[in-house]
Amino acid sequence: MIGASPMRPTVLRVEQLGKIFGSQDPAAVAQTGPDAGSEKSPDGSSVVAAWDVSFDVASGEAFGVIGESGSGKSTVMRAIAGDHSASAGSVWMQRRDGSTSDLLTMSPSERRALRVDELAVVYQDAAEGLDLNVTAGGNIADRLTAAGCRHFGQIRERAAELLERTEVPLDRMDDLVRTFSGGMRQRVQLARALANRPPIVLFDEPTTGLDASVAAGVLDLIRSLLEELGIAAVVVSHDFAVIEMLTSRCMVMQHGRVVEQGLTDQLFEDPQAPYTQRLVAAARA
Amino acid sequence: MSATLSESIDRLDAAAESRLDSLLESPGDVGILDEHAKRELRRAILTAVCVPGYQVPFGSREMPVARGWGSGGLQITLALVGADDVVKVIDQGDDEGVNAVNLRRLVTETTGATETTEVDEATVVQTRHRIPEDELDEHQTLVLQVPVPEPLRGVERNIAELGRMHAEADYSRMWVSLYEDKVRNGVITKSTGYPCLVGGRYVIATTPIPRWDVPRLHHAPFLSLFGAGRERKIYAIPPDTDVEPLTFDDVPFEVERTAGARCALCGATEAYLIEVPPSVGGAEDGRWICSDTSWCRRRRATDGDA
Repeated sequence: MIGASPMRPTVLRVEQLGKIFGSQDPAAVAQTGPDAGSEKSPDGSSVVAAWDVSFDVASGEAFGVIGESGSGKSTVMRAIAGDHSASAGSVWMQRRDGSTSDLLTMSPSERRALRVDELAVVYQDAAEGLDLNVTAGGNIADRLTAAGCRHFGQIRERAAELLERTEVPLDRMDDLVRTFSGGMRQRVQLARALANRPPIVLFDEPTTGLDASVAAGVLDLIRSLLEELGIAAVVVSHDFAVIEMLTSRCMVMQHGRVVEQGLTDQLFEDPQAPYTQRLVAAARA
Repeated sequence: MSATLSESIDRLDAAAESRLDSLLESPGDVGILDEHAKRELRRAILTAVCVPGYQVPFGSREMPVARGWGSGGLQITLALVGADDVVKVIDQGDDEGVNAVNLRRLVTETTGATETTEVDEATVVQTRHRIPEDELDEHQTLVLQVPVPEPLRGVERNIAELGRMHAEADYSRMWVSLYEDKVRNGVITKSTGYPCLVGGRYVIATTPIPRWDVPRLHHAPFLSLFGAGRERKIYAIPPDTDVEPLTFDDVPFEVERTAGARCALCGATEAYLIEVPPSVGGAEDGRWICSDTSWCRRRRATDGDA
């Protein structure tokens, strides 16, 4: 356990996470950020996409990361997920066996193994989280077989159960995901992410690109699933409505740094940082 | 043709001939492969035996047969056999197939090994598409000609990613392809090249043998060597190794079988049978005959004696 209250133990703790693209020059850190007005170093040799990012997520809690495009929020998510390496910091995660591991020190194969049943990711682009040339059921079977299930009947049953829960019509179960609409692809991605009951799920812009009514439906679904299954989540979005609806606490990022962090309601009602004020004003307009 | 041109062609011919003579006379280098090539092949084979199911790369040589015509199996055989060996070569179970005859001649004439069509006389059996019906023993080696050594080729094309999947034993996408096959067709339709887990670690393509022969690889007393000349890979199943066909717990692995089929020549039902036109091989009363011709012939001869 990562030192927290007995009621809601912390399951994920991100400490001073940093990611620099290009030249790994530490001097670039001081030359970038909200004060400098850019995440790119003056000589252009490095991009400090995220720096000094710290937050923790309790069991069953949803934590939001909000900011405009290029603010570093997806970089943070991908560094936690293991899609790219981090330059600094640590990501402590409470494991199923009760131990605690720093994900950033794990080997790529260990991190992939983690994605099977401990840490799932739902991407903005369904093509990243799904194999579009495989059926909806097959995409779920992929995760179930990765976790060692070798029983065809049980795979079918569990896949049907998940698709039903994520409101994908069962008569589409054996159709290729390529033939699905955007909203339905996100629902299949959600079903696949939940296949092995992971305690933590990362969402990267889960509804961006969907039309308003479909997005609302997917958001409703995500919210009820998070509540029902008691999953801890990190939700990355540029959309206030998404963060407001799904999360209880969140942080605001700009130019690769955290500019404000707090309870979601409070932050939106009474933004302190000038950037957050501008962001909220723009969203409320 | 001008006199000068024909003279220079003659000169080149003579030069090539004398060079060939000197090559053939040089001690140590007898046959198609030189000693360096044989050594490299043997090292690759040893590695393959040490890591069952792992595809070992090797520098596949140009052979007197085209790539895709058994050049991988041929190179393994040429690296293995010496004058003391007895070689049997079959193509689809048939010793008399054109390709089998040519490969057998090539091997015996360039190595001094003797040829046979009888399994129990052979020390090395080179094959395309079958394992002989007779049980091989621990003194015999089976060499298989493999067209596509990569079992995951159907689900992934990126070679680096294929390497990672094998390294991490990440075979879930292979399972997905079996799942999809079963969903789409009600049964798993994969016939030759059925994927098997070797020694609990690597998945291999049991290409080119039919499913019928797959269970016979499990804990087999003999050594099986798979050679893919075009793809430059060698892999092996050592004796007494687990070979489990990938199949779901509730979907038993099945071999090819046609109800009521029996060999029109020898009457066998418990053998791998192939369908033929009625006129072939005097099979007037049926459309099925044994794929293993020497086994079938011996059964008929034994029946006659009895």
